[in-house]
Amino acid sequence: MDFLIFKAPMLMVQASLDGILLGILFALIAYGMALQWGVMNIINIAQGDLVILGGYIAYTMYLAGIHPAWGVIVSPIIMFFVGWALYKLVINKVVDRDLFISILATFGIAIVFQQLMNFIFGADVVVAQSGYGTTMLFDNSVTLPNSKIFSAVISVLYAIALVIYMKKSRLGRAIRATAQNARAAKILGVDTEKVYAATFGINAALCGIAGALISITLTLHPYVGLPYTVRSFMIVIVAGLGNLPAVAVSGMGLGLFEEFADYILGTEFRIGAVFMLLVFILVYRRFKLSKKREYLK
Amino acid sequence: MNKLVKLFITSISAITLALVSFTSSFAKVDGEYIVLGSAISLTGKYSSNGVHTQNGYNMAVDRINKMGGVKVGGKSYKFEIIYYDDESNPKRAAQLAERLIKQDGVHYMLGPYSSGLTKAIAPVTEKYKIPMVEANGASRSLFTKGYKYLFAVLSPANQYLEVAIDLAVEKNGGKPVRIAQAFEQDAFSQDVRLGILDAAKRTGSEIIIDDKLPKELNDMAATLAKVKATKPDVLVVSGHTKGALTAIRQISEMKVDVPMLAMTHCDAAKLSKQHGKNSEYALCASQWHKNLSYKDKFFGGGKKYDKDFKKEFGYAPPYQSAESSAALLVFKDAFERANSFDRDKVRDALKDTDMQTFYGNIKFGPGGQNVAKPMILFQVRCKGDTCENKVVAPTKWASDKFYHPIPKWSERG
Repeated sequence: MDFLIFKAPMLMVQASLDGILLGILFALIAYGMALQWGVMNIINIAQGDLVILGGYIAYTMYLAGIHPAWGVIVSPIIMFFVGWALYKLVINKVVDRDLFISILATFGIAIVFQQLMNFIFGADVVVAQSGYGTTMLFDNSVTLPNSKIFSAVISVLYAIALVIYMKKSRLGRAIRATAQNARAAKILGVDTEKVYAATFGINAALCGIAGALISITLTLHPYVGLPYTVRSFMIVIVAGLGNLPAVAVSGMGLGLFEEFADYILGTEFRIGAVFMLLVFILVYRRFKLSKKREYLK
Repeated sequence: MNKLVKLFITSISAITLALVSFTSSFAKVDGEYIVLGSAISLTGKYSSNGVHTQNGYNMAVDRINKMGGVKVGGKSYKFEIIYYDDESNPKRAAQLAERLIKQDGVHYMLGPYSSGLTKAIAPVTEKYKIPMVEANGASRSLFTKGYKYLFAVLSPANQYLEVAIDLAVEKNGGKPVRIAQAFEQDAFSQDVRLGILDAAKRTGSEIIIDDKLPKELNDMAATLAKVKATKPDVLVVSGHTKGALTAIRQISEMKVDVPMLAMTHCDAAKLSKQHGKNSEYALCASQWHKNLSYKDKFFGGGKKYDKDFKKEFGYAPPYQSAESSAALLVFKDAFERANSFDRDKVRDALKDTDMQTFYGNIKFGPGGQNVAKPMILFQVRCKGDTCENKVVAPTKWASDKFYHPIPKWSERG
């Protein structure tokens, strides 16, 4: 335990800003998960690995001499097709089965992706340099990497674009219809197969954007996908499906929680604290649900 | 009659059994080849360092075989290595060690990559009394278990950064310093930490931040913000390549000013290549550097090794390769001094090893660790955009002066 943070107000500001900026990025990944969970009823364990793969796309561009920030445009395009192909190859076979089957299937995909990335990109930890510099506040006592600000801004922009797309476009409406009632949508002429494929593709594209942002803010390694899956799972559990503002808020909340856990409990408990929180929330929700049931009786 | 048949069968099987065990006990030497075995990480999270290790072994095997091989009993033998991929998985490594020993009849082992995997294999080699020379397991706990058949050519982990603390105290006019440290929670990094604790005690220094880093580390902003607030004299970070890369990225982004920064795994992280000028002034612990003036007749010196390795594998050898090559030089020397293939004789010869290789002097302590070679520290220095690692400590091998303190970020271009 370390209570330094309560003695130094600047650390508090630093932690809060870091947490919120990171939380926005998590929210983007979680939104993708919420979308395809809501539409297809699939919990995608490979979510984090799609993120890392997206990051490696940006990193490859960086190696080729292109600025990695362009990854936020290139990576989602490639990842959309990766997601589409993944749906056609694997997910369409498990989409109507129970949750357990789809968890197993995506878990398998996660392992395959990890090994493939390890094989192609190597087991070394890599970073892409954005060269964006740093913003200094309060006489240099709070520092914000511009790459983190950039990533938060891009995440927000993409999220807004996606919301508009879901509201206005034909495909967006079809996706929402399928989420509400797949059978009814089918009867009314929605090609649900195509909707599923597109949804999985959009989710992968969102992961691609997040990955590209992670490549310039944090580090990439073939085996660090899981923490991102857990984070987005947790955000979705708290926020519910298909509720973007809630996802954004709970994403930022998680970012803050992590950052403060890091300061107070120590960096080694950062991910552990997230898992603990997840357990608490699941127990709490169960508790609340059982109360509700009693009331109904 | 029936009894006779039974007796006949029993004796036949007894003879066969004896023959089988007899031949397998000689399988270690196959014609003119001395067969060594190694489980190595060719896939999984250690695969890049696993390949560095394998390249180091292979380079030494080629070189020794080309230069006359190993002379035992007046006959010249060549080295051959059987490799299996342990998938960076300790359980798998232990299984493969059993397989190498029991099925392939290997009687001499080379180590795997990493302390964790070496720890998994050592009990197996010990059980079958198989001498193992390892080059990539530096964890102190390997050398405190009383293993009799384990020999490591590298310096143990607790020595990695001790020198850095001494250096910081020296620069502080002999007065104790304030240390901030962050270590991953794995066997190796925690051993490095123990070394720092010893050094702090010895010099009366104070540890003001003592953070532990998680395995899936990619953000240490909190630790660095604390460092910024408390202004220690030296910051020590050890968390494999991800620790080194994350630290440099966030120190430069957060503009953390600290007079001295000491790390491990800079070599493997290709620190200056990935971070360029931002990595300048970082102090790195290393087992080996090509500029050291050790020599042997197989590889010449460090610089020649560097050149030959580059020619063969297309990249500059990290110390993981150099130490792996040295492991074979140790084996060759031991076989020739033992002048026998008897495992225990070879083991005794290994115990008495006292030699110089291009990688450094090698002499084994009672626990099997190399006690003859000091760790070195290099500092990343840049000219324009090209950065180089310059040896700055210990003074005997230093090619450049240690730059201290690190200039503030506001003064760095």
